[in-house]
Amino acid sequence: MKAFLILEDGTVFSGTAIGSPREIISEIVFNTSMTGYLEVLTDPSYAGQAVVMTYPLIGNYGICHEDMESDRPWADGFLVRELSRMPSNFRSRDTIQHFLLEHDIPGIAGIDTRALTKLLRERGTMNGMITTREYSSLEEILPKIREYTPGNVVERVTCREKHVLMGDGFRVALMDFGAKRNIARSLNQRGCQVTVYPAYTKAEEILADEPDGIMLSNGPGDPKECTEIITELKKLYRTDIPTFAICLGHQLMALATGADTYKLKYGHRGGNHPVKDLETGRVYISSQNHGYVVDETSLDESVARPAFVNVNDGTNEGLSYVGKNLFTVQFHPEACPGPRDSAYLFDRFLKMMEVRKHA
Amino acid sequence: MPRNPEIKKVLVIGSGPIVIGQAAEFDYAGTQACRSLKEEGVEVVLLNSNPATIMTDKDIADEVYIEPLTVEVLERLIETTKPDSVLPTLGGQAGLNLAMELADSGFLETHQVRLIGTTPETIKKAEDRQEFKDTMEKIGEPCAASLVVHDVEAGVAFADEIGYPVVLRPAYTLGGSGGGIAKNEEELVEILQNGLRLSRVGEVLVERCIAGWKEIEYEVMRDGNGNVITVCNMENIDPVGVHTGDSIVVAPSQTLGDKEYQMLRSAALNIIDELQITGGCNVQFALHPENFEYCVIEVNPRVSRSSALASKATGYPIAKVAAKIALGYTLDEIPNAITGKTYASFEPMLDYCVVKLPRLPFDKFISAKRTLTTQMKATGEVMSICTSFEGALMKAIRSLEQHVDSLLSMDFSGQTDEELVERLHRVDDRRIYVIAEALRRGISYDVIHEITRIDKWFIDKIAILTEMEGRLKTEPLTGELLAEAKRMEFPDAVIGRLTERAEREIKYLRDKYDIHVAFKMVDTCAAEFAAETPYYYSCFGSENEAVGEKTRKKVLVLGSGPIRIGQGIEFDFCSVHSTWAFAEAGYETIIINNNPETVSTDFDIADKLYFEPLTPEDVENVVELEKPDGAVVQFGGQTAIGLTEALLKMGVPIFGTSARDVDAAEDRELFDRILEECCIPRPAGHTVYTCEEAIAAANELGYPVLVRPSYVLGGQGMQIAINDQDVTEFIGVINRIAQEHPILVDKYLRGKEIEVDAVCDGEEVLIPGIMEHIERAGIHSGDSISVYPAMSLADRTKRVIEEYTRRLARALHVRGLINIQFIVSNDEVYVIEVNPRSSRTVPYISKVTGIPIVKLATQVMIGKAIKELGFAPGLQPEADYVAVKMPVFSFEKIRGADIGLGPEMKSTGECLGIADTFNEALYKAFLGAGIRLPRTKKMIITVKDADKLEAADIARRFEALGYKIYATKGTAKVLNEKGVKAIRTGKLEQESPNLLDLILEHDIDLVIDTPNQGAAKSHDGFVIRRNAIETGVNVLTAIDTARALVTSLENREEGLTLIDIATVRSRGAYAGGSV
Repeated sequence: MKAFLILEDGTVFSGTAIGSPREIISEIVFNTSMTGYLEVLTDPSYAGQAVVMTYPLIGNYGICHEDMESDRPWADGFLVRELSRMPSNFRSRDTIQHFLLEHDIPGIAGIDTRALTKLLRERGTMNGMITTREYSSLEEILPKIREYTPGNVVERVTCREKHVLMGDGFRVALMDFGAKRNIARSLNQRGCQVTVYPAYTKAEEILADEPDGIMLSNGPGDPKECTEIITELKKLYRTDIPTFAICLGHQLMALATGADTYKLKYGHRGGNHPVKDLETGRVYISSQNHGYVVDETSLDESVARPAFVNVNDGTNEGLSYVGKNLFTVQFHPEACPGPRDSAYLFDRFLKMMEVRKHA
Repeated sequence: MPRNPEIKKVLVIGSGPIVIGQAAEFDYAGTQACRSLKEEGVEVVLLNSNPATIMTDKDIADEVYIEPLTVEVLERLIETTKPDSVLPTLGGQAGLNLAMELADSGFLETHQVRLIGTTPETIKKAEDRQEFKDTMEKIGEPCAASLVVHDVEAGVAFADEIGYPVVLRPAYTLGGSGGGIAKNEEELVEILQNGLRLSRVGEVLVERCIAGWKEIEYEVMRDGNGNVITVCNMENIDPVGVHTGDSIVVAPSQTLGDKEYQMLRSAALNIIDELQITGGCNVQFALHPENFEYCVIEVNPRVSRSSALASKATGYPIAKVAAKIALGYTLDEIPNAITGKTYASFEPMLDYCVVKLPRLPFDKFISAKRTLTTQMKATGEVMSICTSFEGALMKAIRSLEQHVDSLLSMDFSGQTDEELVERLHRVDDRRIYVIAEALRRGISYDVIHEITRIDKWFIDKIAILTEMEGRLKTEPLTGELLAEAKRMEFPDAVIGRLTERAEREIKYLRDKYDIHVAFKMVDTCAAEFAAETPYYYSCFGSENEAVGEKTRKKVLVLGSGPIRIGQGIEFDFCSVHSTWAFAEAGYETIIINNNPETVSTDFDIADKLYFEPLTPEDVENVVELEKPDGAVVQFGGQTAIGLTEALLKMGVPIFGTSARDVDAAEDRELFDRILEECCIPRPAGHTVYTCEEAIAAANELGYPVLVRPSYVLGGQGMQIAINDQDVTEFIGVINRIAQEHPILVDKYLRGKEIEVDAVCDGEEVLIPGIMEHIERAGIHSGDSISVYPAMSLADRTKRVIEEYTRRLARALHVRGLINIQFIVSNDEVYVIEVNPRSSRTVPYISKVTGIPIVKLATQVMIGKAIKELGFAPGLQPEADYVAVKMPVFSFEKIRGADIGLGPEMKSTGECLGIADTFNEALYKAFLGAGIRLPRTKKMIITVKDADKLEAADIARRFEALGYKIYATKGTAKVLNEKGVKAIRTGKLEQESPNLLDLILEHDIDLVIDTPNQGAAKSHDGFVIRRNAIETGVNVLTAIDTARALVTSLENREEGLTLIDIATVRSRGAYAGGSV
């Protein structure tokens, strides 16, 4: 069956429908990772967005369920050049075609993903519609496409109830704004006991549990929409509990402490972005997935200072907070997909908890 | 970290002659690195014995020494040129070994020269088997169970412990020389003995056989600040067991999930960090196909063939960045030249699929074993890029230029299913075609996978291609089907054959259905950033992004495809120089080529690079977009010449000599007429089409005769026949190759062979110099030792040669280059071959005369006259020194190949000796070719009857040098009669000690064995030569070569004088000339 991607500027790409025949409108973003399509699909940060994979051969190693970063795919749609008809991997248990169908996610194969990516790069992230209907006139639907906003997506992706992942080390409170599984797993692997809190948990409730450390997770959407969460983070900021934040958590803490964020033209999504640790001068290749970024010019030097910078475009990639047991990064040290080079940051977080414990 | 200001003058070591396992990739890396160093204001001294390289140009380095790569030369060079640093990681294993010897001996320290790029400690840790193993153990990176042994007994004991099969890897050898897999004790003993001998340090690693695991490589970089990145990972379709140089390789990996990908990536970075590498490095892993177990196979702490491939596959210039790192820069300070916006501290993301196929030399070595093992056999490779694996594979196949254009090109349809399954067990260059046939028969993926261990993902992709063949055969050719076939890169010709249509009709249908090629950019970043470098590949069913707009005159330069015997790096030298000359003349330059090892496919050589197969259809796609004002075919070897007709049909004018005149040189009758008009004699000969005609012609001319197909390069299929049976056999061989052209039968004259390259502007002719071959006619010019200036010619003869050259060039209306081969027999000059195009000797003669021939030829092609270019026409004054070009062979790598020299070319590369005297130049050339004598001062002589008298004279001279001579019955008799003490030794079937025993005892320095001509080659001779080669003994198969060697040994001098080729100036150039 033919399927179409109609972009808000009127550009139409056509291909073959894969997955659900459902019609959707979403924000179209591209990801340049060459492996890790399942991790991308199941990363809650993609809620409200449809993902274009720039690597043309997708599905080669099928679906290995243990690679899922949450319990379902969150991307609204999936756009690829070619889906492998026969996956091959010793762990594969399913095909991506079937996986998409099962989760009612629409997609298109056979798209010139490079042409689409170039368009998004040049014009900036756009909304688009994935449909199997052939519209005779775009005029009636374009306004509808342009109208779309992802809305408050954190609400959709966060867990419903607080739960505990056992461990015999430090007790970490993980605020789930749409956390990828590997954040909790990375902490668990380091012995931590991780308590996962729904995004809208009050600071008081968390503090009452007396955690050794607080972890603010990644998540989807425009950080400025998360006003209630920001209010709670302001309270957490005032404590001296060691805190580590990733991606949306990083942006929200910046907003909570008076800095500003803005939307990038087409975001950073992939596994090859160089970030420089400003303290050591070392450059790490990082996994990234963000459309918004902290505005460095809005920083109050007495509150937070840049700790990491993106070598490619000079945007902020991390902050260290003055006089606080608090550091935050824009990129993803939990990888999955992508390089594990910055996993050492979890160790740094553990160290902070240790220092405080012995203080 | 800014660059280290103490580094002001760097000595770069090249890799020497092209041999299997060490090819053009090091010219590419070295050239890029030298340019990168010079960009930083560093003075560059270059040492490389290979004159065909671009890196040995005076434009590339400040001081250029084309000298043998020996410790003595290197020490001498350091003493005289006084560099503060040596960069050894760009010259492959040869350069690295040499630098290590100097580091070990303390010479570098004494002279306060540092090794930059990577320290000796690092090189040791990576290259020394035991140290490497210990290091890996320390950081918890698994290696296959293994033991370093120094004798056979220890190897046998260890293999008994870990069980067969075991893999054997000698330390410090190139391309895995002397390695292999042993399935039992007998094989182990054989391979191990050989490996121990070939290893520089007499050690071999015996390890657990992980054959059948996935072979995955990572190209990684690290700077002095500890920043690490991965440039590319690659997956070998052929699992562990086949050398990666002989494997079909795909980039990036296709069957690895993110978990496997990142696990190995982290391991690679761990390793490079522990080894403290500064620069580029290649890490090879074996990955268990059914779990996460992996082993580190090998680490190369330098740029390599794989890094050249990775550079071309991603657009990331590894050598350039490695050179900057060597100067002290960190990755985040080095700009990404492709995007112009980002930095080298990122990882390239591909949005396409890359396939590499090896170019194997079995078409040249018909008797060789085609089995692929851990010993590399490929002479070169092709790379292709497409948006699908199917497309990339199809493009790579037709890039090989081995008469293959699809998976149907090798026909196994006559085999039974059982035979096919049996054939699947054979790991050779035809396996992929066997798999395709098996799939056509419906043999299951499981069966194929079980035998070959090739991942089912790849098997399925091959199946998709064979299914398409079936659909094209059986279904109506709708627009949809055609579009799908083109998306998989089926050539029009193949679609035509399958649908029983003419090729042109397919093209017509494509136009009708609006199925057009699109060009996409290789930009290192999957379109995330706008890129500035126009490096393109084609695909179907996509939006085109290459812009064909025209602002100035445009020239299309056709490259020479994969490196093969007979068409080597010299044609890349010519293509690149021509491109530069066109650019200088104001042209927009466009290169089409498919060889990832070369300089011509570097991203900043031409204004635009199309990485594409060199077939008429693929070239036409580029032509339709770019609409060039003309194309250049003179410099790209037979590959480019072969496209002339197609280009003319596309309406593209050919710059330089017209196609009609090129034909005239190849067409026997036309050419005879021209020779007659010019009053130039040639050996009598005839053009024939059938075997009967050939025999008749041969008898009329009288034996011996030369039999050869027209339109070939490197003498392919050329043989000397001494009787009717030979003729019958040779014609049979020639007709096995698709042969549209007639066969030539010529009287064979045994005289001096002379070669000339010249530039002609249609009127005037410039001859840089006359080259004389040491071996008499009958041995291919590429395999002969060539001397400039010609030493034994009378002035009168030189004038005749000059005159004949002038007449021929004019008669053929040559505009550009012409190469002529003469025979001087009884003071009479005969022409034996004329090629109105660039030749193998062009780089060498350019360098030793200081005359930039390719540049001149290019200028002439666009209308300049020689006189305008600052040169006086005619034969140029001879240089003050002598240059000897020596062929270099890779026989030890190709099991079963006959090493006897003849009219068909067999050498893979060459080196140069240049000195004030002939004897010193000759000695240097032998040294450069790796002939380091004497050692044991024992030799074997066994020559054919015609050579026996000359052999006696040569033997006497060896005897005078202290050699003990063994000889076979007939030879010994003649030697003894002539007063040479020769010990008569039995042939193979005779009792011990016979010749073979002597050879296998490793007590022999040298074998002189001249085989009989004709087809009736003695089996004994073949066995002797093979065994000698495989045990590392020097073998000479031409009596003239033997004489040259003894001359060189007699005149061996201790202190060699080193000559800076960059200071060589043409003595013929006008003062203030424009070139």
